[in-house]
Amino acid sequence: MATDAKRRVRLVYFAWVREKVGLPSEDVELPEDVTTVETLIGWLKQRGPGYSDAFARPQVVRAALDKVHVKPATPLGAVREIAFFPPVTGG
Amino acid sequence: MPVRVQVDDFDVTAETERLVGGRKDIGAIVTFTGRVRGEDDGRQVAALTLEHYPGMTETEMASIEAEAMARWPLQAALMVHRVGEMKAGDNIVLVITASAHRSAAFEAAEFLMDYLKTRAPFWKKETTPDGGSAWVEARAGDEDAADRWR
Repeated sequence: MATDAKRRVRLVYFAWVREKVGLPSEDVELPEDVTTVETLIGWLKQRGPGYSDAFARPQVVRAALDKVHVKPATPLGAVREIAFFPPVTGG
Repeated sequence: MPVRVQVDDFDVTAETERLVGGRKDIGAIVTFTGRVRGEDDGRQVAALTLEHYPGMTETEMASIEAEAMARWPLQAALMVHRVGEMKAGDNIVLVITASAHRSAAFEAAEFLMDYLKTRAPFWKKETTPDGGSAWVEARAGDEDAADRWR
């Protein structure tokens, strides 16, 4: 991955993650050391009380990269959209 | 094979006719309708609000349906899921599977519902009659039900 290019991504939040963060979506610039889903969660937790509340139990929050389910250790790569949400409850 | 996410209610008979009407190679049709229960774990439920992840929902549903088509000899399948606000007794989800014989249609319908409940990005919020609301928690039993198809 090119380290000179700033990585702008869109973050989207659903259900109680959205309510706790207080936003449905936002565009952010990722720091260089944010390379995986779990390091992104660690970075987000420090952005304010809403974020630290939303990600207080990171093992409960699910993630999708460009609309595909992923595990916490998944590298972000050239992702454009990262979604965070609770375990799904449809059907 | 179609999948749909919609606010409006669906008509099971009309959807079935549209899916399989006139075909002579289908001996078995299974339809499953999920509805809003008026109580959940002892709580009274007046309404549910369904939220989803537009784009990902349709992709996940289509991939679940494609997997069912690959695993069972289905002639047709349909999944319709509602979003927005629904009251107790309202329809939420419809699954239709059609095959030459019943076993494939029954099994595939169960598979579609089990995978839908654990993979498709929908979230339910319950509203109680006194106006309180809470997000529905995922059930471990739903994961177990999906795991048996692995």
